[in-house]
Amino acid sequence: MERVMKRREFVQTTSGAAALGLVAGVGLFPVTASAQSTWNKAAFEAKSLADVVKALGGSTATESKDVVLSAPEIAENGNVVRVGAQSTTAGTTWLGLVIEKNPAALAAGFDVLEGTEANMSTNVKMGQSSNVYALAKVGDKFIYAVKEVKVTLGGCGG
Amino acid sequence: MSDPMRIRAQAAADKVTVRVLVSHEMETGQRKTADGKTVPAMYIQTISATHNGKTVMNAQWGTAVSKNPFIQFVFAGGKAGDKVAVTWVDNTGDKRTDEATIS
Repeated sequence: MERVMKRREFVQTTSGAAALGLVAGVGLFPVTASAQSTWNKAAFEAKSLADVVKALGGSTATESKDVVLSAPEIAENGNVVRVGAQSTTAGTTWLGLVIEKNPAALAAGFDVLEGTEANMSTNVKMGQSSNVYALAKVGDKFIYAVKEVKVTLGGCGG
Repeated sequence: MSDPMRIRAQAAADKVTVRVLVSHEMETGQRKTADGKTVPAMYIQTISATHNGKTVMNAQWGTAVSKNPFIQFVFAGGKAGDKVAVTWVDNTGDKRTDEATIS
């Protein structure tokens, strides 16, 4: 009888601890979500698309038609290249622009907040002709669209 | 310290398109002056926008964003007459907030 009681106690305490762990896990989630809105040094120092994805906590990125990248085919002036990224997938939480041959690959990141469309555009600098990626984070997966932009005049100091 | 941003927010149906033109050098830290000295990096790291106190845009920028950056985004729930405030912070700690009325 005593043994049973002990086991019951044990079950109760462990399930209590599990519940606590769950609460902590739930509590942690918004923290990581808001941490992403702060500046991610590792991601901005990454040299390639794969490294950017890793720095953001993903493993690999797959190409997808759900991401739309709008960029010119030829940019005359690499100092100002208008690039837009859009995701048509529901549940997109983050959009980024990655320029493969720039000194730091990730150019800009954009949190997709509730009520805000997964559609952003900005001007970026490009040192040379390069593949440009629009990267989207959907859940814990990363998807992208790619386009090559030819630059006739580099925009990185040169 | 820095010039004001130019913000244009236009409401169409229930969506508001916001275009922001920031006045900022966006120095990459890669450029060198004629005497070979590196120009220190100075660039906006985070830029965010709020509508009625609710954050509607939150972006992180690297050095590859152009000088005098432009950003466009669309959010739902705004109407003409509401205010949109945009704030940026750069890597030197400099910051600026400007406000515009949705038209």
